[in-house]
Amino acid sequence: MSGTTPEAKGDWPLYEVFVRGKRGLNHVHVGSLHAADDRMALTHARDLYTRRNEGVSIWVVRSEHITASTRDEKDPFFDPSADKVYRHPTFYDIPDDVPHI
Amino acid sequence: MAAQHAAADAPPDTGLQRDFDRTIAREQRIEPRDWMPDGYRRTLVRQIAQHAHSEIIGMQPEGEWITKAPSLRRKAILFAKVQDEAGHGLYLYAAAETLGADRADLTERLIEGRQKYSSIFNYPTLSFADVGVIGWFVDGAAICNQVPLCRSSYGPYARAMVRICKEESFHQRQGYELLMTMMRGTEAQRAAVQDAVDRWWWPSLMMFGPPDENSPNSAQSMAWKIKRHSNDELRQRFVDMTVPQAEKLGVTLPDPELRWNEERGRHDFGTPDWSELQRVIAGDGPCNAERMARRRAAHEDGAWVREAAAAHAAKQAARAARAARERKGAAA
Repeated sequence: MSGTTPEAKGDWPLYEVFVRGKRGLNHVHVGSLHAADDRMALTHARDLYTRRNEGVSIWVVRSEHITASTRDEKDPFFDPSADKVYRHPTFYDIPDDVPHI
Repeated sequence: MAAQHAAADAPPDTGLQRDFDRTIAREQRIEPRDWMPDGYRRTLVRQIAQHAHSEIIGMQPEGEWITKAPSLRRKAILFAKVQDEAGHGLYLYAAAETLGADRADLTERLIEGRQKYSSIFNYPTLSFADVGVIGWFVDGAAICNQVPLCRSSYGPYARAMVRICKEESFHQRQGYELLMTMMRGTEAQRAAVQDAVDRWWWPSLMMFGPPDENSPNSAQSMAWKIKRHSNDELRQRFVDMTVPQAEKLGVTLPDPELRWNEERGRHDFGTPDWSELQRVIAGDGPCNAERMARRRAAHEDGAWVREAAAAHAAKQAARAARAARERKGAAA
């Protein structure tokens, strides 16, 4: 740990792995792994995360390429969705005898 | 996301500690980028790393029997099982990395003996019956330990444990089935099973760690809901679960004090030799040196492969970049 990058030491970079469990479902984050390049990341992901038919499709992406919101930002960041109750169907009063609405 | 632990620890008066405590109290999960107390992070890294190391070292005792398995069926099963152990180690290393731990550093710590692995893997596998008993006892004990960890307060750890527990069930069942097969065999095979049971029973009970009164970190881990049950409670569950399985199999568990306690509705059992556990943890078990030497050799012998793959990746990336530049130049 003397300031050299992991790659310089021969260590492989970190990838995040997303698996589509079956057709019709989204890819879901399942974990991470190390690999020398994208192609190796895919085959490692297959061996590590789909040994029992857990997936029909895999995405891998270098962890450093992911941009994420932080917990600290949470309240103000998600504020725009908190104060618009009129976006929900239950906001509207419709008489019970109106059918199919 | 892994590797980005961010949110530097801050003093409790900022409300961060209060948010953390409230999340734990509400049975919600702590996630990687959340603020967490230093002690919580340290405890988790230590526990998860130790758990990961155990899975990796745990490949060795059974791995020795892959080439000596008595049939292709048993060989294929054992191979798949040992591969699973590697997978479990990797899920757990990935969980530790979400806390800011570095993979290469964790490996170094194991190889240099600065981090521990489970004492159980320092015992030798003397016969093929040991493979069965390890599946039955050691993976059975692991299931007792790990099922509650699926509700651990740290999200990535809990999720790794869910995956692991699903796979451990195969491990335990293949072991028990192997033993049932041997028990239907010759007198010598039955004797080999009983011998393996005699050797693995007490070390398996020790897997749950020292008795509660000598387990100083347990209370804090339970308050943080990293851990859900005490060592003694889990040990008791394992005994209660295993006794009827032993009866069905037709083997004797080597404990003269083992008996059903009607009043408690649980089994009474003898005390493991805690000085033995201390010795094995301190490095003086039957196979400590061998396990460490083998792990170190695997790491060192594999160095050229890791370096070659990294060099190949760098070359490919450089080539792709040059080709892109040339295309751009041609277009201009």
